[in-house]
Amino acid sequence: MADQQHEWILRLGDDALVLAQRLSEWCSHGPALEEDIALSNIALDLLGQARALLTLAGQREGQGRDEDALAYFRTDREFRNALLVELPNGHFGDTIVRQMLFDQFAVLRYEALASQTVDLELAAIAAKALKEVRYHAAHSAQWVVRLGDGTEESHQRVQESLNVLWPYTAELFEDDAVSQACAEAGVLPLNGSFTARWTEQVRAILDEATLTCPESTALLTGGRSGKHTEHLSYMLAEMQVLQRTYPGAEW
Amino acid sequence: MSAPKTEWPLWEVFVRSRQGLSHKHVGSLHAADATMAISNARDVYTRRQEGTSIWVVKAEDITASTPSDKDVLFDPANDKVYRHPTFYDLPDEVKNM
Repeated sequence: MADQQHEWILRLGDDALVLAQRLSEWCSHGPALEEDIALSNIALDLLGQARALLTLAGQREGQGRDEDALAYFRTDREFRNALLVELPNGHFGDTIVRQMLFDQFAVLRYEALASQTVDLELAAIAAKALKEVRYHAAHSAQWVVRLGDGTEESHQRVQESLNVLWPYTAELFEDDAVSQACAEAGVLPLNGSFTARWTEQVRAILDEATLTCPESTALLTGGRSGKHTEHLSYMLAEMQVLQRTYPGAEW
Repeated sequence: MSAPKTEWPLWEVFVRSRQGLSHKHVGSLHAADATMAISNARDVYTRRQEGTSIWVVKAEDITASTPSDKDVLFDPANDKVYRHPTFYDLPDEVKNM
């Protein structure tokens, strides 16, 4: 039970950390100054969530690992994020579609976490994060609509982004022994219980964006058990190089 | 990413701060429409808890007085000292005047 507690908090923390790192790659490369700042703000929000969650995961684990130990001294196989958030940024449309698909899920997950009363520390982190991810969700949905319902080219390009990213979404709703234990403890309902609302909300956004919801039932999965795409290792190499070269370095 | 064919229009941003009673001009930004302008203004100008309310106005919708009219518009008030609101003692209770 204690192991599993640590495990499900790691999943939350790693989703936030890995997506924060990905989005921060946009810093100074955004399509417009204003959007550059928006993406950087979102990256920083996610990083803040990751810090709180990984700190808590470290405490629950009880092995003396803090947020930095968890972020910088685990290998890719030890990361528990969903595959969707580790995928490369691609073009702006790819990033925005990935963000919309994840944000819609993150809002539902944090809503549930914030309203449970079993784990109050986790509820407090979720309540703070919820305000942030609601803004992220509004921002990404707005952009998906603009691009989908924009020019012929922007429509075509985000439709392609959606087709490529869609098979990665099913992993978010998968359940296993860890999420079942989490649900039995009353902390978070089964991931599968979010599917209907998520699908409804995402379809509404896609309809407004005049995009076609892919029919694919392919399931790309493995992140929760540490089986990642090759992209994560490259990302971690860059993220971790300094701490691994000079352990404990501060500035 | 290829460069946009046309620049987004310019918007002037006004933010009401926590203690402030009125919206103050804080700067400008580019956005495709009003919704995006509010969204961008939130990200660019209120990151450090500056604001409680945002107005955006299309820069082209603002009519400004021309600098060359400065003398005609403003100088005549200079020598009418009796109009200058400097002769009154304001009670301390009046905080915002």
